[in-house]
Amino acid sequence: MTLQQIRLVIAAAIACLVAAPFVLNPFSITLLNYIGIYALAAIGLALLTGVGGIVSFGQAAFVGVAAYSTAWVTAVNGYSPWLGLVLAVVLTCSIAAILGFVTLRLGGHFLSLSTVAWGLAIAFLFGNIDGLGQHNGISGIPPISIGPLALVESRQIYFLIWAIVVAVLFVCYNLLDSRIGRAMRALRGGNTLVESLGISAFQTKLATFVIAAFLGSLSGWLYAHLGRFVSPGPFEAAMGIEYLMMAMVGGAGSILGGVVGAAIVTLLKNSVQDYLPLIAKGASGQLEIVAFSALFILFLQRARQGIVPFLAGFLPDLKQSRPQAATALPRREQPPPGTLLLKVSDAQRRFGGLVAVNNVSFDVRSGEILGLIGPNGAGKTTMFNLLTGALRANSGEIAFAGRSITRDQQFHIARAGISRTFQHVKLRPRMTLLDNVLLGTYSRTKTGLLAGALRLNQAEEASARYEALRQLERVGLGDKPFELAGNLPLGNQRVLEIARALAADPTLLVLDEPAAGLRRQEKLKLAELLRSLRADHLTILLVEHDMEFVMSLVDRIVVLDFGSKLCEGEPAAIRSDARVQEAYLGGVA
Amino acid sequence: MTADIAAILAIDGIATGAVYALVAIGTVLIFTVTRVIFIPFGDIAAFTALTLAALDAKQLPGTVGLVVVLACMACAMEVVSLARTGELRAVPKAVFGYLVLPLIVVGIVWLTMRFNPPMPVRLVLALLLIMPISPLLDRIVFRPIADASVLLLLTVSVALHFALVGLGLLFFGPEGVRTEPLTSMAIEIAGVHVSGQTVLILTAALVFSGLLFLFFDFTLIGKALRATALNRTGARLMGIRPARAGTIAYLLGSLMAGVSGILIAPVNTIFYDSGFLLGLKAFVGAIVGGMASYPGAALGAFGVGIIESFASFQSSTLKDVIVFSLLIPILLWRSFASQHSEEEVEE
Repeated sequence: MTLQQIRLVIAAAIACLVAAPFVLNPFSITLLNYIGIYALAAIGLALLTGVGGIVSFGQAAFVGVAAYSTAWVTAVNGYSPWLGLVLAVVLTCSIAAILGFVTLRLGGHFLSLSTVAWGLAIAFLFGNIDGLGQHNGISGIPPISIGPLALVESRQIYFLIWAIVVAVLFVCYNLLDSRIGRAMRALRGGNTLVESLGISAFQTKLATFVIAAFLGSLSGWLYAHLGRFVSPGPFEAAMGIEYLMMAMVGGAGSILGGVVGAAIVTLLKNSVQDYLPLIAKGASGQLEIVAFSALFILFLQRARQGIVPFLAGFLPDLKQSRPQAATALPRREQPPPGTLLLKVSDAQRRFGGLVAVNNVSFDVRSGEILGLIGPNGAGKTTMFNLLTGALRANSGEIAFAGRSITRDQQFHIARAGISRTFQHVKLRPRMTLLDNVLLGTYSRTKTGLLAGALRLNQAEEASARYEALRQLERVGLGDKPFELAGNLPLGNQRVLEIARALAADPTLLVLDEPAAGLRRQEKLKLAELLRSLRADHLTILLVEHDMEFVMSLVDRIVVLDFGSKLCEGEPAAIRSDARVQEAYLGGVA
Repeated sequence: MTADIAAILAIDGIATGAVYALVAIGTVLIFTVTRVIFIPFGDIAAFTALTLAALDAKQLPGTVGLVVVLACMACAMEVVSLARTGELRAVPKAVFGYLVLPLIVVGIVWLTMRFNPPMPVRLVLALLLIMPISPLLDRIVFRPIADASVLLLLTVSVALHFALVGLGLLFFGPEGVRTEPLTSMAIEIAGVHVSGQTVLILTAALVFSGLLFLFFDFTLIGKALRATALNRTGARLMGIRPARAGTIAYLLGSLMAGVSGILIAPVNTIFYDSGFLLGLKAFVGAIVGGMASYPGAALGAFGVGIIESFASFQSSTLKDVIVFSLLIPILLWRSFASQHSEEEVEE
């Protein structure tokens, strides 16, 4: 499919949306209104849960905060709904920012549990605060008016609702295709990956969380002025799971999935309400939630992927054009060859009683390839984690380019110019090669959230894309930039990680067992690539098991054994060192 | 607030806390063995209370219908999955375990009901009826996705809770129940009136957690359960079937939840949907123990009970808000206290 065809489809869809109220009966329009409103909340959740990997049960509470804010401003105090919108957005986003600030450091299911907790707490507040009508809710909310026109009929507010939905869709698509959006899409790969790219995982999560709440607040504002009445019921925990259902059924990773999911769930609910009374008289209200929960469970068991990604699989691939040459991104100033780049002095790391790294010191000089070797359990990986900030040293100092990084956070270290790869490849398998490498350019680019969402970033984006393509070509993967990373064989995935690291324009490249699991041919190619990088004056630190690979490649070797440094020197000297032979082969009595 | 009131509130809180503790221990048990955060656990407790009330009123409890429906579903699923893998020889055993056994329980209840059984027998019947529900739900809902991430299991678990609430209304109706007190005795401790029910709750909590402790430390099945909790693959290599360990965990957990339901029914009015809050509050306690430690969970549950008791004295409408807001600092403290390894979100 070409870009042109996609634009045609979008134009046709928008034309259908515009024509709908002139063709459909009032009941269908009301239904469409609610679909649009739920879709906004569900899109927020699709971003948070599907893209960011944060499962939230509390979206309904955010919608509720906004609905109650605008109800309070308009029905209780008599101000304009537009002022209600301001309060709704500001209050919802502030609450989200505070909650996110407190809870987003939590891991996995603990974070989701906290969303259940505050979701419930907020829902309880609606029914228990005196000024908010208690359990009776607030009625008499005025309609939204645009100039002299009051949007009283559902046909009128329809246009406002769907204009907002379409705008939100565009903005979200732009956002996900921009610098910050790519960082959000990387969140599911885990904190270590994200931070190794110079991205603050916490800030990115917080941004995603607040955006989700913002979309929830738009939904709540429209909800209050469409129904002209709010009560605690629609914002309770059950609705929270319904929003989650919409987002996941539609396809949690997909923004459009939010709209499709909202439509399916709302229509299904509607038809269930029609048909259930025929099956079970009197108990239909309760059977409804049973039927829904059962369907959702069945869906989670059988088809987690969701509808939109499933359907998108049948569409022909989008034909994307290769990035054109553009202004190069600014480069870091590389230190002259031979200067001291990384200095590890007396680094120590304990895990309880075990000393994994015991007072290890070594230097890395710019322009060299240094190999860090040692038998299993020697402390190589721990040393590696200390260098990259994944772990903190208990004592000792690590200085990079003359500055101590001992206490720095991972993403600060990454931004300082240390790029890494992973022993167990950490790529985003559903992102293209180009997008994966673009992640590497994060620390070299500046586009913010808003600029990305409004596409004000085109010049920088073009430079970054060109840079990413250049790095792909440099490592020999330039022929298929739009292939999905998950489709590559392991050898190429490792090489792709190196391209991503190179895109950050690092001073020091640290590779964690890059040859592990590679076939002989792949190893030879990898060694060739690393030599060419050294020829470009890049400094490389390499942790590796494969002796042949290390000996033929590196300039110097540091040997670790049982957490301590055994010796260091040139490959030939290390090879003949009796202590090294003993450590690897066991003592010859 | 005077010292007297504080003492009364504290005792009240400890009694509520003991009920939460039973549920919390069951939650931890099921989580460690199956990795499922079993949100519907409070519903099980509430259903027990409703079952007991129906038995007291000499009606056939709605639980009977629930068990029969679930047993048929579970049996059908098991038979189909056995037929698919060609293990037809295991079918009679599966039919027995998933269909006949629950039906025998239902039959026993139905028969005994005709003889106007005394209170202790009714308690046993209520517990018997409630015990098959969670293992059957496990078979229907969680077994097909046993290897999914904790997060997905949690989502399913929340959805399951809402399904159960709906079923609860269908089978038990909207009326709240309050069962007759198990004892009318009362004692005075240091000038404070303590009802026999409170003493009973505390005793039951202690006895059942003690029994669980003995079970884990001194029986082979208990050790197998602990092994499964520590490492599923390792346990499987040792010939322990995680699925069976899960079933046992659900049975034991249901017993704990059932007992807590019976204990709380004379104190609070229980509705078909009362279980959610009960379960979640127990859950706050379980998180204090990091979802891993039984004494931690029990302590946390007592803490929740006491805080709730004092909070309801200050503001009865906001007590739930206070209890759930508490979860956030607790979670934070847990996340800083334990350096858990990063769990990757699945694709």
